[in-house]
Amino acid sequence: MNALINATLFPPKKLRVATTSLAGCFGCHMSFLDIDERILKLIELIEFDRSPLTDIKHCGPCDLGLIEGGLCNAENVHVLREFRTHCKILVAVGACAINGGLPAQRNHLDLRDVLEEVYQTEPGLSHGGVPNDPELPLPLNKVHPIHEVVKVDYFLPGCPPPADAIWKFLTDLLAGRTPTLGHGLLHYD
Amino acid sequence: MKTSNSEVSVQANAREARVKADRPAETKANNIFQLDGEDIPFRPGQTIMQAATHHGTYIPHLCWHPDFSAHGSCKLCTVKVNGRFGSSCTIAAQPGLDVENRTAELDDKRRTLLQMLFVEGNHFCPSCEKSGNCALQATAYELNMMSPHFDMFYPDRPVDASHPDILLDFNRCIMCALCVAASRDVDGKNIFYMGGRGLLGRRVHISSESGKLADTDFAVTDRAASICPVGVILPKRKGFAVPIGQRTYDLAPISKQVRDTTP
Amino acid sequence: MSDTDMIDAVVERHHRDGARLMQILRETQEQLGWLSPSTLTAIAEAIAWPRAMVEGTADFYSFFHTRPMGRYRVLWSDNITDRMLGNTDLMQAMCKKLWLEPGRVSEDGLVSVDTTSCTGMCDQGPAVLVNYRAITRMTPARVGEMVGLIRSEMPVAEWPAEWFSVDDNIRRKDMLLAHDLVPGQALAAALERGPEKMLAEIRDARLRGRGGAGFSTGQKWETCRNAEGNGSNAAHYVVCNADEGEPGTFKDRVLLTSHADLVFEGMSIAGLVVGAKKGLLYLRGEYRYLLEALESALATRRAAKLLGKNILDTDFEFDIEIHLGAGAYICGEESALIESLEGKPGRPRIRPPFPVTHGYLDQPTTVNNVETLAASCLIAAHGSAWYAQHGTEKSTGSKILSVSGDCERSGIYEYPYGVTVRQVLEDCGASDCQAVQISGPSGICVAEGEFDRRIAFEDIPTAGAFMVFDETRDMFEVARNFAHFFAHESCGFCTPCRVGTTLVRNLMDKIARQHGSPYDIDELFKLHRLMQGASHCGLGNSACNPIFDTLNKFRPAYEHRLMSLDYEPAFDLDAALSQARQMTGRDDAAAHLQNEAEA
Repeated sequence: MNALINATLFPPKKLRVATTSLAGCFGCHMSFLDIDERILKLIELIEFDRSPLTDIKHCGPCDLGLIEGGLCNAENVHVLREFRTHCKILVAVGACAINGGLPAQRNHLDLRDVLEEVYQTEPGLSHGGVPNDPELPLPLNKVHPIHEVVKVDYFLPGCPPPADAIWKFLTDLLAGRTPTLGHGLLHYD
Repeated sequence: MKTSNSEVSVQANAREARVKADRPAETKANNIFQLDGEDIPFRPGQTIMQAATHHGTYIPHLCWHPDFSAHGSCKLCTVKVNGRFGSSCTIAAQPGLDVENRTAELDDKRRTLLQMLFVEGNHFCPSCEKSGNCALQATAYELNMMSPHFDMFYPDRPVDASHPDILLDFNRCIMCALCVAASRDVDGKNIFYMGGRGLLGRRVHISSESGKLADTDFAVTDRAASICPVGVILPKRKGFAVPIGQRTYDLAPISKQVRDTTP
Repeated sequence: MSDTDMIDAVVERHHRDGARLMQILRETQEQLGWLSPSTLTAIAEAIAWPRAMVEGTADFYSFFHTRPMGRYRVLWSDNITDRMLGNTDLMQAMCKKLWLEPGRVSEDGLVSVDTTSCTGMCDQGPAVLVNYRAITRMTPARVGEMVGLIRSEMPVAEWPAEWFSVDDNIRRKDMLLAHDLVPGQALAAALERGPEKMLAEIRDARLRGRGGAGFSTGQKWETCRNAEGNGSNAAHYVVCNADEGEPGTFKDRVLLTSHADLVFEGMSIAGLVVGAKKGLLYLRGEYRYLLEALESALATRRAAKLLGKNILDTDFEFDIEIHLGAGAYICGEESALIESLEGKPGRPRIRPPFPVTHGYLDQPTTVNNVETLAASCLIAAHGSAWYAQHGTEKSTGSKILSVSGDCERSGIYEYPYGVTVRQVLEDCGASDCQAVQISGPSGICVAEGEFDRRIAFEDIPTAGAFMVFDETRDMFEVARNFAHFFAHESCGFCTPCRVGTTLVRNLMDKIARQHGSPYDIDELFKLHRLMQGASHCGLGNSACNPIFDTLNKFRPAYEHRLMSLDYEPAFDLDAALSQARQMTGRDDAAAHLQNEAEA
């Protein structure tokens, strides 16, 4: 496996990787875990910073940031900016990060109508009105893919990207090759 | 409005091509042009696209279909003919043409065109019944399109579920007008027509006062019902019938199915 | 008369001919105010066209309405020259007085106010169209009066006549505008020569198209003449392209106002040469006000045996019809114009075949610019040798320029080809000029160091627009105005132009909102490279020209607007929380997002 490391580009210290899920379903993270036993090889090459796997709350300086999900609220924007500030390479992982995905299908509706429908008109949830606790992040008028807000270096499509695609992508990247997926690994669904 | 001088010369070349194509059949040995260095034989009157497809060589395309006259709108089939850009679906083949097809320069342009198509509509593949059998998606795979690149437009486009057997989801329309051609040329019904102007206005018009498909004599057996290369015209009650892994473009890339699949 | 009877009468007047759909739609709309779904159905049935095709045409043109648009429809010409004359403030004032948002119809269905592409009144703007009648020289006082007339529902026909006056503003005459031909003189000379010798004269005079591309008129006529008609309705046609839509151009308007006979006579000469019996003049919808005068000029010519059968007592038969466009720049492209003449959306055709062999109704058709046809009369009357003495080697004769913008005397200037930009600037009284946009947005932006360049096919070819910008003007805003123009006028047929023109417009707006970065400038260059090669027609191919030129020659105008060196979003992130703030009533710190450069 050490052969994969391009010693000049990546000195033999572990690559620090952060991951997060913004407006996503954690499906991309689950698919990441589907690399199964290969994660043992991977863990020789990388160490995790902020990630649902570590429970580290804030991202420190990292080599690689993997972003699942698009931007549907203010919190998503803060997290994305934190990642962009600290990660040398930022990757949009999965359909939602890349084109907004399922959450973006609310974009042809006015957010005010959505909130009104959910919290005021619809029976069941209508008791308290639209939640206004300052602890809660406010939703954005529209859902955005992450490349509309920060510069994104790589894109890894799929809903979710298959484990083999994630593995191919990461091993390419770790070896200093521009990642390519090819037939069977590149898909949008 | 003016035409640029370079366009005039392209037109002059193309006119020359047409004149030659209209001549009586020349000896077969002469009817060969070069596509990325490969010899492509052609019959006089064929376009570059027709000859290449007949030969089994893939030129990316979306609005072209072998059964219908060229529409020439998607521009995915843009090639360089003797150094000049042109649509291979409309340029007549002629002996000795030097045609560039799958060069990095042209594939870059095609990828950008695909990104334009992806951002101008609402293409959410995971929830689309056509996924895996979609020419737009398969062409984007072929050209390694990793992201839509541009800001998304998220247009507000209507869905027409009025017809008992067919659903129309215009969110996925790429304006190829194949449904227009099929309904006009094969079905003889003229149910669809591309009208309107510009990014926001251009759309498929349905031939009824209500604008609804149910108020036309459209039938699920019409050629137009099965021609759509993307997921606009779909049969009802028949979604996701083929498992992932066995769909048309799961099996092989679109470039390897030149003779087998109709886009 | 009921709506049905009215529609019947219109359709009947046009012989239930679908090819005349544009005229049927316009006349119907003039009477009913808009084109309702049932109106379109009735028209489709009457001309036996699929309904979707009729709707597709009605939906394509800016001046047709498939929704009610108000009894008064005010459209402000929005060329950069109108902007420089203050149209934005005037329109805003009008909307304020009418309690109206631009683009919306007032609640009582009385009035709507919006912008439209250049109406060809650049030398006497700011200009408006009210119910498609041209009004020039808008002022704050005129806006006030107009609002009063609209409120009191005074019919437009009874508005002050001086508002509708359109001046020729001819500042410099040369061989064409100073001609001394009487009606019939050039045609008689052509008839005497006969078609073949007349064609030879045109060829020997080396006349080239005045629409900008400069194709040889002789070659065009010859190819058309030699092409055989197709099918049972074989015929040849002459089309005069008076769809003068290139922003900043208005010379055809002046030719049709004061030299209509010369234009009609040129069409007749073309008809003689190519063997056509019918000519069609395609007049842009913005020049609707010229229709009656042109029709009466045609009637006069018929009475004088200059049109119709046995013209000037020969066997030559030729007549002319006028078709009105309905607000679509793309129809200036000859094959789109022909589509429009046939009642369809103005979508450029796949070429080849070219109109000269397969044009109007699939018949050989020569499409020529107004000025080209007029110039052919000079050649008929005075001969090619005389004509070719004027101008330059490759650009014989003269060119009429439409001069507007920052100069003391805007208007019409005719020069022999070869005149320098500097000479024109001197003659029109332009001081402190920093740039001239020649041949409109699709043409070339010429900066100060290039003012010794010449107007000629050898150097700067032009359809005639000559817009002057002095040193106070912001060339970024000039280019942004043009980017909006192209996004509005793209026909939407091909992907690169349909999507690309909107992407370019959005990027320009992003930079204008000071959200831009060098990344966005790279994107503009990339779109330029794509659209220039891959587009279906000249519109898409040239849509980025003004961006490319100004980025190269006035780059600081872009750069000083850039927000940062890093990638920046196109939208305001804090504003993107506005609806949630409104619904929750929150305004705490967490209810806001700072934009990156401030963060």
